[in-house]
Amino acid sequence: MEIKLLFTILISTIFINNYVLSQLLGLCPFLGVSKKLDSALGMGLAVIFVMSMASFFTYFIYKFVLIPYEITYLRTIAFILIIASLVQLVEMVIEKVSPPLYQSLGIFLPLITTNCAVLGVTVLNVDSGFFNANLGLLKSVIQGMGAGIGFTLALLLMAGIRERLELADIPKNLKGLPITFVVAGLLALAFLGFSGMRI
Amino acid sequence: MKFRQILLDGIWFKNPILVLGIGLCPTLAVTTSVSNALWMTLATTFVLTCSNILVSMIKNIVPPHIRIPIFITIIASFVIIVELTLKAFQPQVDKALGIFIPLIVVNCIILGRSEEFASKNSIVSSIIDGLSMGIGFGLTLVILAFFRETLGANKLFGYTLIPGMEPSLMMIMAPGAFITLGFMLWAMNVIKAKFGNGGE
Repeated sequence: MEIKLLFTILISTIFINNYVLSQLLGLCPFLGVSKKLDSALGMGLAVIFVMSMASFFTYFIYKFVLIPYEITYLRTIAFILIIASLVQLVEMVIEKVSPPLYQSLGIFLPLITTNCAVLGVTVLNVDSGFFNANLGLLKSVIQGMGAGIGFTLALLLMAGIRERLELADIPKNLKGLPITFVVAGLLALAFLGFSGMRI
Repeated sequence: MKFRQILLDGIWFKNPILVLGIGLCPTLAVTTSVSNALWMTLATTFVLTCSNILVSMIKNIVPPHIRIPIFITIIASFVIIVELTLKAFQPQVDKALGIFIPLIVVNCIILGRSEEFASKNSIVSSIIDGLSMGIGFGLTLVILAFFRETLGANKLFGYTLIPGMEPSLMMIMAPGAFITLGFMLWAMNVIKAKFGNGGE
């Protein structure tokens, strides 16, 4: 039964409640990094990793520090500091282990701190009550990973469309950001179709 | 004269959403009704102005390489103040805005203004900058929310506009948000093209 529940969490965070296209989180990197396919893929992979790790660490901090000392109102400040130090750590590890990957990701890594989808998923983990649930740690990490995969999916779709949009004949005033928003709206409309899915 | 320029910058020439394209998540997510948009504006403007004041006060004693964590901590403290105040006095607003209240912390506008403006300018200019950026942000939110609420729910401030008309549900959901903002940016470009590059 639990396995089925975990699978449900994964599928629903990727498709039904896609963080970008139906919950409107993480829009700045979604519009900023979706100009080219390869940088979109790099950004997406980094976000999947940071989201899973952030879900993992915030689970422990929330359950074993914030709840016992009754300072849960400090969760925003605690979580943002965890995410910021995590991003810093990831940056240092990647720089040491694989310089080529660091070169290609370089500029996007620090940007992940201000990606509101990352803070969003940790706060949503708290709001979904995973901290008292059975297998809570696994559920939090799966929700984090699913959110990351959903973000990457949306980013890749958008990057593919935008690369073709460059060549399209668009009215002068609609070029650039306005047409991107309209296209994102159509993508979101397509994702709305998943909301009827039953699993 | 200088203050007037700062004020106009925030509202029109450097409007955070329409010109700089930052702070988009709360813009699209909370504009399902005009009253939500107004509360969000109030919360964001409060955090923006207060953090601008504090950052401007400590600008000379902050070591440059750890300034970002310090700014984030300042912003997060003011966000917690807003969160607790809303929970205590306006619980239904807190419920409607939900996760987007804690997410004010990662609103790029606030960190952007601390870094770009408040850490280089005097306290008075920083207050005016915070207020004008807040107004610019709020105006965009209210216009967006007006179209989405009237078209998507057939309501304004909770009152039904045309009895018996079936509203277009799409406008209140995610696709409507994207498309409406797309059209707003288009309108902005048309106005700019018509009156020169936004010059006075």
